[in-house]
Amino acid sequence: MSHAISMTVNGRSVSATVESRTLLTEFLRDNLRLTGTHVGCDTSQCGACTVHVNGKSVKSCTMLAVQCDGAEVLTIEGLANGEDLHPMQKAFNDHHGLQCGFCTPGMVMSALEVADNNSDPSDEDIAKGLAGNYCRCTGYENIYRAVKAGAKAMGS
Amino acid sequence: MYNFDYEKAASADDAVKAAGGSDDVMFLAGGMTLIPTLKLRLTQPEKVVDVGGIGDMKGISVSGDTVTIGAATTHADVAGSDDVKKAIPALAKLASLIGDQQVRNRGTIGGSIANADPAADYPAAVVGLGATVKTNKREIAGDDFFTAMFETALEPGELITSVSFPVPEKADYQKLANPASGYAMVGVMVAKTKDGVRVGVTGAGPSAFRASAIEDALGSDFSSDAAKGVTMSSDDLNNDLHATAEYRASCISTLAARAVKAIG
Ligand SMILES: Cc1cc2nc3c(=O)[nH]c(=O)nc-3n(C[C@H](O)[C@H](O)[C@H](O)COP(=O)(O)OP(=O)(O)OC[C@H]3O[C@@H](n4cnc5c(N)ncnc54)[C@H](O)[C@@H]3O)c2cc1C
Ligand code: FES
Ligand code: FES
Repeated sequence: MSHAISMTVNGRSVSATVESRTLLTEFLRDNLRLTGTHVGCDTSQCGACTVHVNGKSVKSCTMLAVQCDGAEVLTIEGLANGEDLHPMQKAFNDHHGLQCGFCTPGMVMSALEVADNNSDPSDEDIAKGLAGNYCRCTGYENIYRAVKAGAKAMGS
Repeated sequence: MYNFDYEKAASADDAVKAAGGSDDVMFLAGGMTLIPTLKLRLTQPEKVVDVGGIGDMKGISVSGDTVTIGAATTHADVAGSDDVKKAIPALAKLASLIGDQQVRNRGTIGGSIANADPAADYPAAVVGLGATVKTNKREIAGDDFFTAMFETALEPGELITSVSFPVPEKADYQKLANPASGYAMVGVMVAKTKDGVRVGVTGAGPSAFRASAIEDALGSDFSSDAAKGVTMSSDDLNNDLHATAEYRASCISTLAARAVKAIG
């Protein structure tokens, strides 16, 4: 069974025909070639695939594309303004909040929700907000620094 | 993932009609359990009926001494609700401890209890607070809802529309989370109500149950020492790589004691 769907992705209207089983990650990566959204697991645990749907962070590997018919989707590609990085991206860069970078798109998308709720998050707020995002490289220390700085920059 | 038919229901009636009482049709709410299960090919419905967009099944209302939560209300909405925080703070706390932010943004109370995972959190509240589960055709008492591991009193095609919680005098939820999955190794809801003390336990057994020995002890002496003093039997408790049945039995008393202490 296939479905004609349309949604807004990073401010752009897109339409396509997808099967019922097409995941949002597959739609973003394969149909739209937005490969910044990563897939790190098949158990909905790692958070590398995190994007925002209607303003909330979700694991795009655990949503069907057809469920997003009519939705507003924001991916990591939608953050920078040309060459100008989003303040949260800049903070990850400044504070070396990444090593291999595989988890980073998901980390940044989850960090944005942390910052939306609190412009001065504590370590505990960040630990809670990023509980659904795994990093196998950094040991998280620099990610915490980056999220704090990014949240502050976004709040100012 | 095998393909399936997908239908988005506009109302609870539409959803029930689309499911047609069939075993081969499954409701989809937040998808936080169903989609991973489909990906792993552990289940293979012919059709999935999406109930996540049904407005009437979303939202929280408080009337008198009852909090009613629509089945398609997300964990994040329950955790963040000022009404729930005021009426039953233990329920908002429980919802805030489920999984992670992304899971809480999608997962729903109806999906959680329909799934009846032995390690899920909400079952402790359904049993511990004495909730009533409303479906398209009847009301099911919380005590009768969970029947076995991943089994409930629901019939094929029966749709949960809301869950009502009577407001207790005081309550607290304590959870020992599995450090890897975040699910409850053991979770205990202790509620002091006008009809006595209720203690709902999840994670420890094949399905949520009431710890009547602790209820009795707390009924005569509502103190953390009284809860801690009860030795729970480990018969029929879960025994797996995460914890032995004996360890879980001991955790029930410890967590109940912590809940009593938090209630004060
Ligand atoms: C990484 C991760 C961590 C998690 N951690 C926890 C945790 O710590 N504690 C916890 O409790 N849970 C946890 N969960 C599970 C989560 O709470 C799910 O939200 C919940 O189990 C299912 O809710 P859902 O709305 O996503 O349901 P779905 O996945 O959409 O559906 C689950 C089942 O319920 C049925 N169903 C859905 N809605 C209804 C309805 N209204 N009437 C009848 N049947 C219905 C479906 O047919 C399906 O069989 C976790 C999940 C993930 C992915
Ligand atoms: S790819 Fe791991 S949670 Fe989505
Ligand atoms: S930077 Fe490598 S997984 Fe996080």
